Amino acid sequence: MSNMKKNISHLVLPLSVMALLIVINLIKGADYFTISMVNGAFYGNIPNILFGASELVILSIGMTLVTGASRGQDISIGVSATITSAVFVQYVLQASEVTLFTIIVGFLLSCVTGLLLGAFNGTLVSVFKVQPMVASLILFTGGRSIAFMIDGKLSPILANDISNKIGTVIPGVPVQTAIILTAVFIAIVAVVFKTTNLRLYVETVGINPNAARLNGINPKKIIFLTFLIMGICTAVAGFIAVNKAGRHDSVNLLKLIMMDAILAVAIGGNSLGGGKFSITGSIIGAYTIEMLNRTLLRLEIDPAMIKVFKAVFIIILMVVASPVVRAFMSKNLDRFRSWRLSSSQQKGPISTTNIARKQGE
Amino acid sequence: MLSETILEMKDISKSFPGVKALDCVDFKLRKGEIHALMGENGAGKSTLIKVITGVYEKDAGLITLQGEPIHFKAPQEAQNKGIGTVYQEIMLCPNLTVAENMFIGRSHSPFVNWKQMNEKAAQLLDSLGIPASPVQELASCSIAVQQMIAIARAVDMDCKILILDEPTSSLDEDEVHKLFALMRELKERGVGIIFITHFLEQVYEVSDMITVLRNGKLVGEYETTSLSQIELISKMLGNVLEDVTKLKKHEPIVSDTSIPVFEGKALSSSAGVRPFNFAIQKGEVNGFAGLLGSGRSESVRAIFAADKVTGGEVRMKGKRVKIKTPLHAIKHGIGYLPEDRKGDGIVEDLSVRDNIILTLQVLKGFFKPFSRKQAELFADEYIKKLNIKTPTSNTPIKSLSGGNQQKVILARWLLTNPEYLILDEPTRGIDVGTKVEIQKLVLNLASKGMSLTFISSEIEEMLRTCSRLIVMKDREIVGELRGTDLTENDVMNVIAQGGKNK
Amino acid sequence: MASVNVIKPKARLSNSNILFLIAAVIFVLMYLFAIITFPNSFLQFQTFFDLFNLNAPLIIMTLGLCIVMIGGGIDISIGSVTGLVTMACAVFLESRMGSIGGAILVALGIGIAFGILQGYLIAYLEIQPFIITLSGLFLAQGLLTTLHKDPINVTMPAFVSLRDFDIVIAWLGTRNRLGVFIPCEIKPGTLIFIVLLIILASLMKWSRFGRNVYAVGGNTHSAMMLGINVKRTIFITYVISGLTAGIAGFVYIMTTGAGNVGNAAGAEMKAIASAIIGGTLLNGGVGNLLGAPIGTLTLLIINELIRAAGVQSNWQAMVSGLLLYFFIVLQSVIMSLRDRRKFSIALPPWLRLSGKEQLGGQREQ
Repeated sequence: MSNMKKNISHLVLPLSVMALLIVINLIKGADYFTISMVNGAFYGNIPNILFGASELVILSIGMTLVTGASRGQDISIGVSATITSAVFVQYVLQASEVTLFTIIVGFLLSCVTGLLLGAFNGTLVSVFKVQPMVASLILFTGGRSIAFMIDGKLSPILANDISNKIGTVIPGVPVQTAIILTAVFIAIVAVVFKTTNLRLYVETVGINPNAARLNGINPKKIIFLTFLIMGICTAVAGFIAVNKAGRHDSVNLLKLIMMDAILAVAIGGNSLGGGKFSITGSIIGAYTIEMLNRTLLRLEIDPAMIKVFKAVFIIILMVVASPVVRAFMSKNLDRFRSWRLSSSQQKGPISTTNIARKQGE
Repeated sequence: MLSETILEMKDISKSFPGVKALDCVDFKLRKGEIHALMGENGAGKSTLIKVITGVYEKDAGLITLQGEPIHFKAPQEAQNKGIGTVYQEIMLCPNLTVAENMFIGRSHSPFVNWKQMNEKAAQLLDSLGIPASPVQELASCSIAVQQMIAIARAVDMDCKILILDEPTSSLDEDEVHKLFALMRELKERGVGIIFITHFLEQVYEVSDMITVLRNGKLVGEYETTSLSQIELISKMLGNVLEDVTKLKKHEPIVSDTSIPVFEGKALSSSAGVRPFNFAIQKGEVNGFAGLLGSGRSESVRAIFAADKVTGGEVRMKGKRVKIKTPLHAIKHGIGYLPEDRKGDGIVEDLSVRDNIILTLQVLKGFFKPFSRKQAELFADEYIKKLNIKTPTSNTPIKSLSGGNQQKVILARWLLTNPEYLILDEPTRGIDVGTKVEIQKLVLNLASKGMSLTFISSEIEEMLRTCSRLIVMKDREIVGELRGTDLTENDVMNVIAQGGKNK
Repeated sequence: MASVNVIKPKARLSNSNILFLIAAVIFVLMYLFAIITFPNSFLQFQTFFDLFNLNAPLIIMTLGLCIVMIGGGIDISIGSVTGLVTMACAVFLESRMGSIGGAILVALGIGIAFGILQGYLIAYLEIQPFIITLSGLFLAQGLLTTLHKDPINVTMPAFVSLRDFDIVIAWLGTRNRLGVFIPCEIKPGTLIFIVLLIILASLMKWSRFGRNVYAVGGNTHSAMMLGINVKRTIFITYVISGLTAGIAGFVYIMTTGAGNVGNAAGAEMKAIASAIIGGTLLNGGVGNLLGAPIGTLTLLIINELIRAAGVQSNWQAMVSGLLLYFFIVLQSVIMSLRDRRKFSIALPPWLRLSGKEQLGGQREQ
């Protein structure tokens, strides 16, 4: 029982935020959960959130691992996804006939590209001991030009039937393809965690790399591995994003998504300083961010002001979750409890004199 | 000796979630007195210090400084009132210069006068004989020099009270004597000194009074001259005393003809130890003796490949093997409990369970995780075997006391069932009770056929457990001692002679 | 003395200075290279001054950011705050009560307000700086679009004359092809940058606060134990960074004369890159403010070179990335060599910042 409590305690923050957002949405309109069937597929607020957040969810999983092992964040993920998807698009476009096989080979090629990009960042971080944010600043600075050069022109269009199906729905399947792909990805991640020691190794390396090394774990390899995983994540996210968009916009594709991914990790109750982590928290965090974005739209807030609301919301959230406020709350809660316990006895008057003195000051 | 009281603490209590760290403790410090604060780990010494210096806020009680009630909220307030503190871990900034580290956080002027500061620092360093230049970066000084600089800083603050929280653990003997001379000089000037250490000899060398704490409670205040060592230990421990005297070394069955469990030839590492030969037999307990910085830790680290191996040849039971990384060493049945428990040993945010199974898990492989149930079985078994005091196996290791953390690390290695286990200072900074337990365990393991290397700063402990002592000096082996009736003097002689022969 | 480990104190260069030195040397080399390959543009003094004239806002931002980074934090809101300030100033100047003095107050006010808000949340509530300044980034962007969405060209006469104002250096200049002497011109923004650089660099070197920032960045816990008010120190670093972002915003609009949604967009990343090239480490505790302009200029010269070479503009970003790569790896290699004590550079005495040689003499007496 107490075990259960401990395992869930870090999820309290993201879950309560989600609950709050749902309440706000329900106040706005009771039809929030309504799901309608259009052309044989489900649409509605919830499916839209699941659909819209798919890239973010995948990237925040990678971000959680990178943060856990290397104690820093990769800010090149949006750019990496743009490069990997450029490779994918080029491969598909050069094919005379687009078959499922073409798409799969293209996807695998983009995964290889992702691995290379991950290896680039990973080498800098693990071998050269560069801070992850600094290391990934390089790709962040130069990466979109690389993607543009692969494209060779502005926004090549991905007009084929299969891409369209991946970007929207496969006829006969009631759920949008991106949601299914995300679910499959999460399932694979879950299996990886179940069948390997990834969590133990990453957490150990993140908390104490010296101890890790002396116990036979090579911190360099593990940090490098998390960046490789991040590379795969960017490839998958880029694949979904470009199929959704139907064209490859090397300038704007997944722009600034690293900010949201880092935010998802933080909202998920993870420390950005590495160590123990919760993938579940990050996933919930990612969906929360998408839900927040859509809530603001649904409340019909002036698009110009959406970012203001988002900022204020995040600030309030982080203040509530901050260590100082938490300590303050728990202290007062204790005080309140002890006061309530002893209020029937003689301690009651003391607290009132305290208050009186405070007012006097 | 009835001099004026400068610091008085009455009925001090302090709780942390789940623990009562201090329970109605009284403490009194007089002018010109060196007052040793003694107790096991977790007795509340550090908490008491931190309450005085304002790192922690006390829950209840009264502190008066020269008759005035005080209530510090931050370390700098205590500093301003003339309470200087030197902590066990060096609390200085490595990226600043030596002079800055001595004066930062003390001036009220908004500007820094570099010239004046460097001159003052140079004078102070000279007067204390500290080999450092005021303008060099602190990071370029050795740890011992850094500790001396921390002391210099505290001394210079015109302090009325100087608190030394285990300042000697990183100093060699010579430096310790320098420190003691300094303490006596300050005492003459009327400074009250609170001194915490794990070395009993040092307490008897310098202190006037001893206050003993146990489990957060005051045991009593005694004059040093009227309290014998045995009495002091018994006050610190309660009733574990008999165990210390009962401890008996037993001779391993060593025949020189048998093939050694581990044999290294011309081992060397990047940490800068001279190439050395070393072998250990089955069931043998040996020790590396020598002063701090003599290379004893570096040697065992070279055996375990904890530092980059730069040369040498290793045989395990006569078979040539390659040991280039810790993982190789672990796979060949070598275990290593590192000297720096916090920095190299524990994985502080992980649970006791994960900390225990860590190495065995690594041995088993990345793709073969233990089931939760299996891991719990292992953890519970060793928590019971080694008597580790922890609420559950799921508790993060950082909330355990030093001694229990050390036991967890021991459990981690015992679980891998090594043939050769290296314990580098397993008894450092932990309470006396656990020290005895660990020594008993070492002998017990050896009797079951495990080979062990046991290193301790307290030569006494090694004499009690080891049947062979390898003596080191200046990163080189200068001698080897065998026998059951070795004394500290024998070791000292070898160290002294070893230097002359060179 | 019988002590075993007597250390011969060596005047080892501190990490801050060595990284700065590397940046400075490479900058000079690059400029020499630029002069050799494109003498007719880079040999002109005006080209050099224009680097400052056009990029003063970025350099000013980098100064504030460097202070935050030395203190161990990060501020990614600066670009957006600068953008917000330009728009706010433009709106204010175009309003009926617009005045230049008022606009300066608006700029400083917005900058300081952001600094105080972020600094308070980070220092006193101990929230992760990245997340808070990320919210600051969103907030500034949101306020910018809320305030005004379309570009505003400031037409107020007093401001226009300020915008077009140049300080002419009569004795320095070049002759053009017709042989007419064209004196060099410096924009007021460059002067503001120089004054700020002097003030802030002195602050970091000779003030108690400045040294406290280094201490906090080097080891927060130790700094607290040494009696430094860590929270206040961190708080002030963010206020300074907000302030410089505000000043940068005013200088920006003083240079371009227009408020625009895209003003200074993405400048935070450029500033971070500049700071890193200039030798400020993200881990904190290491850095030299003089490196900030050098870092920025190094990045800019690459771009100028590419432009002069007439290569596709796309290459600019890639070459910037490569340059960054080069610097980061170089810094990393040098730092790790230093850790192993295989590498040491000692400055000649006349270059050292603190009075070591007098001291050495004194100690020998």
